[in-house]
Amino acid sequence: MWFKKLKRRTNLAIGVGIVVLMSAMALFAPWLAPYHPIDDANLLYSEEPPGEQFWFGTDTQGRDILSRVIYGARISLSVGLISQVMNSIIGIFLGLTAGYFGKWWDDLVMGLTNIMLSIPGVIFALAIMAVLGPGLMNVFIALGLTNWSYSCRITRSQVLFTRDLNYVKAAEAIGYSKRRIMFTQILPNIIGPILVIATLGIAGAILTEAALSFLGLGTQPPTPSWGGMLAKAREQLFTTPWTSIFPGLAIFITVLGLNLLGDGLRDLLDPHTTVK
Amino acid sequence: MFAYTVRRLLQFIPTIIAITLIVFLLLNVLPGNAALMAGGKQRLTPEAQEKLIKKWGLDQPLHVRYFQYIKGVATGDLGVSFFSREDVGGMLVSRLWPTLKLALSALFIACLLGIPLGFYSALRQGTAVDSLTMIGAVSGVSMPQFWLGLLLMFLFSVKLRLLPTFGYGDGALKNMILPALTLGVGYMALLARTTRAAVVEVLTEDYVRTARAKGLSEIWVNRKHVFRNTLVLLLTSAGLQFGSLIGETVVVETLFSWPGIGSLLVNSIFYRDIPVVQGCILVIVTGFLIVNLIVDLLYGVIDPRIKYQ
Repeated sequence: MWFKKLKRRTNLAIGVGIVVLMSAMALFAPWLAPYHPIDDANLLYSEEPPGEQFWFGTDTQGRDILSRVIYGARISLSVGLISQVMNSIIGIFLGLTAGYFGKWWDDLVMGLTNIMLSIPGVIFALAIMAVLGPGLMNVFIALGLTNWSYSCRITRSQVLFTRDLNYVKAAEAIGYSKRRIMFTQILPNIIGPILVIATLGIAGAILTEAALSFLGLGTQPPTPSWGGMLAKAREQLFTTPWTSIFPGLAIFITVLGLNLLGDGLRDLLDPHTTVK
Repeated sequence: MFAYTVRRLLQFIPTIIAITLIVFLLLNVLPGNAALMAGGKQRLTPEAQEKLIKKWGLDQPLHVRYFQYIKGVATGDLGVSFFSREDVGGMLVSRLWPTLKLALSALFIACLLGIPLGFYSALRQGTAVDSLTMIGAVSGVSMPQFWLGLLLMFLFSVKLRLLPTFGYGDGALKNMILPALTLGVGYMALLARTTRAAVVEVLTEDYVRTARAKGLSEIWVNRKHVFRNTLVLLLTSAGLQFGSLIGETVVVETLFSWPGIGSLLVNSIFYRDIPVVQGCILVIVTGFLIVNLIVDLLYGVIDPRIKYQ
């Protein structure tokens, strides 16, 4: 039954497929990658074009690009997932409490949210990196503090709608504590739109991490990251153009899968947005 | 309309002040590093560091330094670069035009192609054209701009040798084509999706059904009823999404060695040149807020009901 429903929703099916594939690639990287992404560097095979031995070719240090792309999935997906979890925790907590309690707390949270929405995400992440310095751990922190405002806004709007419904009033009437009402009555019933924002947020975080690594502020070499590999590829565009294709393709496919998954979830949860 | 404009301008000021506070706090949490970084490659003695800290007022309390900073911003003094000792305001002014040129060109490309594509796709819902357009749009949104830039660079500069690889040159159009295209494609995809969603929503409204029932031609219905009512929805999303265009400007300028504010920001981050970072972020965010202010003012022009509320 669920398979038939999935078949009717092509976006969702393709998105799920891509996300599962990329997640499997990240999880099973040590078994899938033909070479070690850092240790198996052999200058004798430096700048080899794609061929039988190295399917995606090699870079200037003789490292297999396919292996580095596979291991790069670990960095991208973990950054995307962890930073979005941080964003969601902050956003949900602020949105839930702002929507439920209202008054000065709501005004304060919404004021802060509007200010955060006025600062483009990449710029805010760059400002944090300016203070913390380059590095993967700092990328987690920067991205985890950057995009909570979307989750906050959507959570608050859902809470404002839900808090006046009968089942919430009933829970208040029988003496449930405010915390219990928020987390056991309201939150489970508004999780759908939050999930959509979170899925799209993971895609955004992966793009931002790739951009930060491309700028030299994210994952530092020799750790394989897709953005870092593209930064190197820019320097060798004339001599080894294949080094600029595969890491970018990996980012594109992963983000496309997540965007399709997010769009599909949105269509599933809100039938009015589907095609007539 | 005048009262509406004044109200919006008054709301603009506290937002800017709040943003300066957040950016200032963020960048000045670690004051001790600034003097050390200012020494650059020279190994400053503790006495020299102490002198620099006193000279730049870094030993003063945070709130005093913030008020001095705000006073400076109000009078156009954004401080001095720790690294090059140049006036930060002057550095930003010299780089503003290349960034504006790039952003406006990208916006032009995006609006020229994105809005008509989204509109056409919405009017042909469920058809192959709609599906292809939306596949293209979601692909454009998912594609990292710097990867697209590399591919365009390889095709047009390396293989075909039609356009320069990077650099501003003498500001000629040919130097701007690749960066503008790279930046514009992503925003074009966003606009196409947003336009389609807005038009689909408007097409379900009762007044559109009534207009068709009255016997009006499809062209008349689309022009008079659908398009104008779509504009407000489109402006809201486009204004919010403009932030992503600005964020991408930083990466595209670095990719193409474009001498704009974005590449200055990235370079100054590497040198921990805090006054320059602060100045760049202030200019970028102010630009974004001005765009949203213009969008807000345009609401009043497009939809007269809004300015009377």
